[in-house]
Amino acid sequence: MQKYDIVIIGGGPAGLSAGLSAKKAGIDSILILERDSELGGILNQCIHNGFGLHTFKEELTGPEYASRFIEQIIDKDIEYRLDTMVLDISPNRIVTAMNKTEGMFQIRAGAVILAMGCRERPRGALNIPGYRPAGIFSAGTAQRLVNIEGYLPGKEVVILGSGDIGLIMARRMTLEGAKVKVVAEVMPYSGGLKRNIVQCLDDYQIPLKLSHTVVDIEGKDHIEAVTIAEVDSNRKVIQGTEKRYTCDTLLLSVGLIPENELSKNAGIEISSVTNGPIVNESLETSISGIFACGNVLHVHDLVDFVSEEAGKAGESAALYVLKSKETRDDVNENLSNVIVNRTNLTDSESLGDLRTDTIINVKAEEGVRYTVPSKIRSLHVNKFINLRFRVGNVYKNSFVSVYLDNERVIHNKKRILSPGEMEQVVVTKEMLCQKTDLKNITLKIESE
Amino acid sequence: MLYDVVIIGAGVSGCAIARELSKYKLNICVLEKEEDVCCGTSKANSAIIHAGFDAKPGSLMAKLNVLGNEMMDDLSEDLDIPFKRNGSMVVCINKVGLKGLQELYERGIANKVKKLKLLSRDEALKLEPNLSDNVEGALLAPTGGIVCPFILNIAMAENAYENEVSFYFNTKVLKISKCEDFYQIITNNGDYRAKYIVNAAGVYADVFHNMVSENKIHITPRRGDYCLLDKEMGHHVTHTIFQLPTKYGKGVLVSPTVHGNLIVGPTAIDIEDKESTATTMEGINELIHKSEISVKNLQVSKNVITSFAGLRACEANHDFIIREVPDAPCFIDCVGIESPGLTASPAIGVMVREILVSKEHPVLKDNWKSKRKGILNPNNLSINERNKLIKNNPSYGNIVCRCESVSEGEILDAINRPLGARSLDGVKRRTRAGMGRCQAGFCSPKVMEIISRELDIPMEEITKCGGKSHIVLEKTKK
Repeated sequence: MQKYDIVIIGGGPAGLSAGLSAKKAGIDSILILERDSELGGILNQCIHNGFGLHTFKEELTGPEYASRFIEQIIDKDIEYRLDTMVLDISPNRIVTAMNKTEGMFQIRAGAVILAMGCRERPRGALNIPGYRPAGIFSAGTAQRLVNIEGYLPGKEVVILGSGDIGLIMARRMTLEGAKVKVVAEVMPYSGGLKRNIVQCLDDYQIPLKLSHTVVDIEGKDHIEAVTIAEVDSNRKVIQGTEKRYTCDTLLLSVGLIPENELSKNAGIEISSVTNGPIVNESLETSISGIFACGNVLHVHDLVDFVSEEAGKAGESAALYVLKSKETRDDVNENLSNVIVNRTNLTDSESLGDLRTDTIINVKAEEGVRYTVPSKIRSLHVNKFINLRFRVGNVYKNSFVSVYLDNERVIHNKKRILSPGEMEQVVVTKEMLCQKTDLKNITLKIESE
Repeated sequence: MLYDVVIIGAGVSGCAIARELSKYKLNICVLEKEEDVCCGTSKANSAIIHAGFDAKPGSLMAKLNVLGNEMMDDLSEDLDIPFKRNGSMVVCINKVGLKGLQELYERGIANKVKKLKLLSRDEALKLEPNLSDNVEGALLAPTGGIVCPFILNIAMAENAYENEVSFYFNTKVLKISKCEDFYQIITNNGDYRAKYIVNAAGVYADVFHNMVSENKIHITPRRGDYCLLDKEMGHHVTHTIFQLPTKYGKGVLVSPTVHGNLIVGPTAIDIEDKESTATTMEGINELIHKSEISVKNLQVSKNVITSFAGLRACEANHDFIIREVPDAPCFIDCVGIESPGLTASPAIGVMVREILVSKEHPVLKDNWKSKRKGILNPNNLSINERNKLIKNNPSYGNIVCRCESVSEGEILDAINRPLGARSLDGVKRRTRAGMGRCQAGFCSPKVMEIISRELDIPMEEITKCGGKSHIVLEKTKK
């Protein structure tokens, strides 16, 4: 069986960044497995710009952003295999994969990094009634057809859902000569970034109808029209608000689902809110030595945050590998605890009360839908913890509060918080050290 | 050319008949208005091999149901069809209904259904822990089964084709007239002459019957909406769970499929439009509500990956009518094939064959091929076998549909075999590519490329299901 210290499942932005940071942390034996014919993942079809503002302080297209990472991967001789589908990951980190040249093969991995990304929620999952004709696409499929294959699906377009890919495709289809008649969003707020609403809809006078959904699809062979109606606060259709739009294309941008079939088969615990693995401060899943990052962990809006998060996962996986190597070298297994302390707590003078490695739960309450990570091992905190989260509604002039048990330690005023934009808050190690027997960190949205 | 037999309709009945008749030295062709076999009622149903306790004793439906069910073991072996006798269970959720359960049991015995057994609440729950807490008893029919309806239909067609039956697709019968000793059939795609016509046209069977007979019939399409749930729910129940019919209706079934999903349905709404396979909000809500009566924790809305509707071809008396039309000699009706038509199809084939043979006395072929080999599914191979396959044919190492794990090799086979796939749906029904939880989001552009390459047709001409169902309009850069 082939052996690698770290096997990364997926060569998109998360996998690439994880690979680079693992290499930087001192691991040479790394393998990236990518199912597509090139590295870069979904970035390859994102030919619009706006990528990299945080990472590179400039606006790049998706392929440009990807190439900055791919060049480094090649430069640093990090191994990767293309057109290779991972079929199974076992709890003891044996990865089964397949491609045309090697057939089916297995790899024993010192650590595994999950970076499989996400898929689009299809029409079927929405239970939109009507016919099932041609001309209905998830926005990302249409994006691939237009940007990679070079074909236009149609010229009269209706878009259901205001996710970012749908917004981007509204502009893209318009630029290709199609008429985008309306974007309908069932929620009272958009699921996409504010900047995309402005740049992709407002700039092209494409109407966005909030609290509206598709209630009928006409056309047996090919889509001919849809009916859109307003919904009430319980998302029930308001009779009499129906309006029919003729169209030859319906794009769906109604949510992204982390692709965790491999993770679930491995027995990894999955959050019912994010649909991604439950991870600790090291982005390690419920199975030791398996890490997760990027959209397979939770859906991101900005690739810059994916790269940053994946960098952390790569670093954690590298530490894990180094630690288990040292453990193996040492006859006396008892030493391993000492090694944990040595590798993770470089600034050991600030140990404070964190003498034992207790688990702190991170709770999402009052408007906060989830946090990543949701568990923190106190001894593994290195300087600070970046808690990423999303809110469940639109909040104006509210506060993001962090409680350490009952004590509020962070109270940040935000002009606007919306479900379409991922937020983050930093909890420092100093804060954690000031509390004894800390059990819970709680995130809340407060009005004052 | 004068055909001995022209069969109208390439659904499961038409193809079963074609296969049975292909045993004889007869010139046979099948006319189908769609671009592929299995495009009407046969593609959108419960995918159940019924045990046969439901039909009225003495009816043709009851007889052919039980016969068809018994034929399935050999047939699935010969034609390489996924089929499983998972057993059916009729669940009763109140004490008042137990009498009805007993009646159903007796009806099953009268229909000669084997191995039927009445179960107590505890026995039922032991077999199916996810049954409703209200279950009071159940009827167990171990001979009930599940099948892939597409593959059953396709396999019979492929086998008939191998035995020299011709198939003409996109061929819609417009008019039938009786000439001296043959029928003249006018289609949108040329004219055909036939000594015998077999009318296996599903919801359109009345149209063709009424072209040749003075005794008019009417087929009412009864629409049934279905929801297909994610494979994560595939083991929620192992038997096909029916609800005991009450005065409020027949109830809906919850069943595993041979491919590991869970199917919930159907509704029963009588309509007049023979093409109206659109689902409705009311229909789907009814399914969500009714399925919970017999099975708990289904969470249909959360687990659904697609919903669809099919049309059952219901005749007024709710029985199959399979006979030579009295005032139209040599015109054989095969009409009113509603549920359990899929189960009965092999027996329908035999029955039509017997009618025709007893009148025409054709000669048996000595080289008839009884077997058909299905598309190889590499997921059923060992690692070593699979690697050998990939070495010989690397396309089996390239996974195109990730949700259902379908390789390029399987898709090539589906396109290039006899009566091969011409469209995305054709590939989907043969290989399951695009049938999974992402509903073809990832694989459809790739399958389009493969179809375009293999059949040498431009991307703009590739359709979802023939006709005007083109996927893309034009090139972006002209």
